[in-house]
Amino acid sequence: MSFTPENLARAQSVIAQYPDAHSAILPLAHIAQDQDGWLTTEAMAEIADLVGTTPADVQGVCSFYTMYKRRPCGKLVVSVCTNVTCLVVGGPEILEHLNDRYAADDDVFVEEVECLAACGNAPAMQVNYEYHEHLVPEMAAAIVDDYKSGVLQPRGVSGGLK
Amino acid sequence: MTDTKKIEVRETRIVTRRLHDVVDAWKYENARADGAYQIWADVLRKGDAADLLAQVKASGLRGRGGANFPTAIKWESLPADVFPRYLVINGDEGEPSTFKDREIIEKDPHALVEGVCIEAFACGINKAFIYLRGEFALGYDRVVNAVKEASANGWVGENIQGSGFSLDIVVHRGAGAYICGEESALIESLEGKRGMPRIKPPLPIHSGVYAKPTVVNNVETASTLTHIIKMGGAEYAKLGVGRSTGTRVAAISGHIKNPGIYEIEFGMTFREIIFELCGGLRDDKELKFFLPGGASFQWLVNCDEHLDQVYDIDDITAKLGTTLGSGAIMVYDQSTDPVLVAWRLAKFYAHESCGKCTPCREGTGWIEKILYRMSHGQGRPTDMELLLSMSANVSPDVLRAPFTQTTICPLGPSPVSAVASLEKYFRAEVDAACSGGRPGIAVNVRVNS
Ligand SMILES: Cc1cc2nc3c(=O)[nH]c(=O)nc-3n(C[C@H](O)[C@H](O)[C@H](O)COP(=O)(O)O)c2cc1C
Ligand code: SF4
Ligand code: FES
Repeated sequence: MSFTPENLARAQSVIAQYPDAHSAILPLAHIAQDQDGWLTTEAMAEIADLVGTTPADVQGVCSFYTMYKRRPCGKLVVSVCTNVTCLVVGGPEILEHLNDRYAADDDVFVEEVECLAACGNAPAMQVNYEYHEHLVPEMAAAIVDDYKSGVLQPRGVSGGLK
Repeated sequence: MTDTKKIEVRETRIVTRRLHDVVDAWKYENARADGAYQIWADVLRKGDAADLLAQVKASGLRGRGGANFPTAIKWESLPADVFPRYLVINGDEGEPSTFKDREIIEKDPHALVEGVCIEAFACGINKAFIYLRGEFALGYDRVVNAVKEASANGWVGENIQGSGFSLDIVVHRGAGAYICGEESALIESLEGKRGMPRIKPPLPIHSGVYAKPTVVNNVETASTLTHIIKMGGAEYAKLGVGRSTGTRVAAISGHIKNPGIYEIEFGMTFREIIFELCGGLRDDKELKFFLPGGASFQWLVNCDEHLDQVYDIDDITAKLGTTLGSGAIMVYDQSTDPVLVAWRLAKFYAHESCGKCTPCREGTGWIEKILYRMSHGQGRPTDMELLLSMSANVSPDVLRAPFTQTTICPLGPSPVSAVASLEKYFRAEVDAACSGGRPGIAVNVRVNS
């Protein structure tokens, strides 16, 4: 889907911040991903148009960055850290638990991620880039369930405004 | 040169004082009531950029992003009379176990904005970019809000406080790539490209964003400036030992009783930091090893020489070869398998390698694969030797610290620090674990998504 009029206006004000429109590719891709739930080929073509480059350029850039999802990933992106602090205090167990629990759930995309800069409160995860720390597996699942049931309000899948 | 000054074992909260003492310091009113933007107002009133440089020089401040480069020397290297020039703040914090910048970004964003203002003024810069790690969603909201509030209150924008000085601050979000913390990769990313490090020279200070002179500094570095100007450079330099002046926000995690950030004066020993300041290990278990400066440098172990090492940038490198890097300290107890930790680090570097140069792109992947089987019960008796020879392709003279590199940037050799640490301190344990290996077994080669 192309940018809604509101998001198009946001995109244009983002572009205006930079001396060179090309700098706006990453922020625009975040806006597109929040809007559509993933980064579509169509969105990348539109971004290319807006910043004055080719769709291939935008795709090449965006494929470098792990936050951009190239296929639909549901409403919730659950990012579980298993890096070296979380590793020794239960991160991998949380990942396994959530992976099993939501394996067949199209709304929840569980991914293993690198250090989230939350090691002081490890183990940690993010749900749509909102932090949840000091976890155990059951608690992590309860938090994801709270997002699913609407008790907790998620950000956009790119961590944009709620 | 050993400095024998005795440092008291306690926190010295300068950069982190407000975020501890003021409730919701991220809100403008609260930060302002605590004195935010007061130093900036003084700086504008005096209008003396040369004095700012002199104070920072006297302070001995060295960059807190990991490379310890003296901030004043960076500023002095700015080519004269080339405009526009840019300031870029590095808030990409992605080094495993490093979480100190996030504290400032989320809890005291006005401290960062004030530091940015002062730094821009000192360097004659009218446009600054704050590059935040993409995953910092709350941090992004907080910093954007702080810039907005600062503008609304006349601290940022056109002709600030009638001084004739203008500053525009753009907050830019990354999108998940550790390598964008490397300053030239960060600049590429800021220009809307793949975050791949540039071949240097030229350095960013000569040719950075849009090929213009660019000062890149870490979040903690910029946030420290305000305090240096407030205290006076000479006074700040009284803190710390040797050429490691002032305080460092250390991020301490792992099997530690009280993990978290601790702002410490340089000069304590690791024994004091781990056992006194942080209360020792969880459940009073015995220490096995610790990483003294983030994930990229050699480890230290439970012995007097290492525990009595002073927290001093130059002293630790001179004596033990390792560095204080990103300011993170990771602590592991006796239950920890060092090979597993080395593997997880290697997996990180293999995943985050940007792929621009062959030794890193291929080498980190192979190091990861070998460490994977070693740490998952499939190690072979020859694996450690294989690992060392693979490592030599990325970092010749494998055991040397600080490491050497065949690569464009230091990411490639970073997992070799872990390999060298295994070889130096855990060889017997590694050999024992790999003695029963089953040659020829299919190894689960993991593909990073
Ligand atoms: C692989 C790699 C990752 C880095 N990540 C960061 C980072 O996340 N934050 C940071 O401030 N510096 C990071 N650096 C260091 C920067 O390249 C640069 O030295 C620093 O931002 C300069 O600021 P300073 O002088 O204030 O430390 C990294 C360097 C490398 C090689
Ligand atoms: S060392 Fe690795 S991360 Fe650095 S430029 Fe080479 S491939 Fe990229
Ligand atoms: S290691 Fe998990 S948040 Fe840092």
